[in-house]
Amino acid sequence: MAFNPYFSLAVLFVVALCFGLTPLALAWLWSRVFSPQKPNAIKNAIYECGLESKGDAWVQFRSSYYLYAIIFLIFDVEAVFLLPFAVAFLGLGAAACVSMLVFVLLLVEGLVWAWAKGVLTWA
Amino acid sequence: MAVDEQLKIEMGKQGVFVTTLQELYNWGRRSSIWPMNFGLACCAIEMIATTMARYDLARFGAEVFRPSPRQADMMIISGTVTKKMAPQVVRLYNQMAEPRYVIAMGACAISGGPFKQGYNVLKGIDRYIPVDVHIPGCPPRPEALLEAFMTLQKKIDAQPLTGEARPRHLDEQAPGEFPVPEQGAHDLEPPANKSVWTVPVVIR
Repeated sequence: MAFNPYFSLAVLFVVALCFGLTPLALAWLWSRVFSPQKPNAIKNAIYECGLESKGDAWVQFRSSYYLYAIIFLIFDVEAVFLLPFAVAFLGLGAAACVSMLVFVLLLVEGLVWAWAKGVLTWA
Repeated sequence: MAVDEQLKIEMGKQGVFVTTLQELYNWGRRSSIWPMNFGLACCAIEMIATTMARYDLARFGAEVFRPSPRQADMMIISGTVTKKMAPQVVRLYNQMAEPRYVIAMGACAISGGPFKQGYNVLKGIDRYIPVDVHIPGCPPRPEALLEAFMTLQKKIDAQPLTGEARPRHLDEQAPGEFPVPEQGAHDLEPPANKSVWTVPVVIR
């Protein structure tokens, strides 16, 4: 058989997998065989420091948070692009400055749109 | 089939270790009691002191205080059980894994203590859940709690695995659910769990 250089890695992978899974399997087997099972309604209820749990864990968040996050992300990314531009500003030609202006204006257009939509007003 | 005690000591001197399955099982049980991490009143401070280095509860294998009843098998009722708190205590006891043990620590937990005549304190937690060891004291010293641990360990050690006196978790018929009391108009409803506690008869 041709010896694959990655064979030892595969062996190590299997050993690592067994190292993690064997204790879990043993614990599972042990609890299957020996644990005294005595379930009841109170025992299976949700644990909440002894109190009965109220309501649902699925809580709704306001969607306006999502818009704020999007607007923040736009200007966050803009800052990342503006920083190298500002560092190399003196060595740049007119074409570079115009393209950067277009980039910033595009983002400003997005902000104006959001402003006109009333996103920035907390309702 | 138990081995003669004297013979066992003699064989131990020769380097031969003899045991029974029951002894091994109970040894494991008594050496790995995991208490639940909750305190009710001032007794809890003594309980905390017991777990610290000076008194060192770890010597008894019981230093692993678990914050969830799912992983604990012993409850230390450390302090005053008010009627507002009693349902929560009983519910937590119900949520613990089998086999489960209870130590009622201090005068309040075993009888209501100095608040016995009051309107808002439960007159002993043994009205709702089976208690294994009661320790008096107000509050009991850490040594007293250690003594309670040792008493519980002796109790576990003496339990046979079969027959009438077998531990609760090996008994299919033993109850696993203890009713949680509710707040009534004047008192907890019901005022006591009849299957674990009966009104003591006063002989004058």
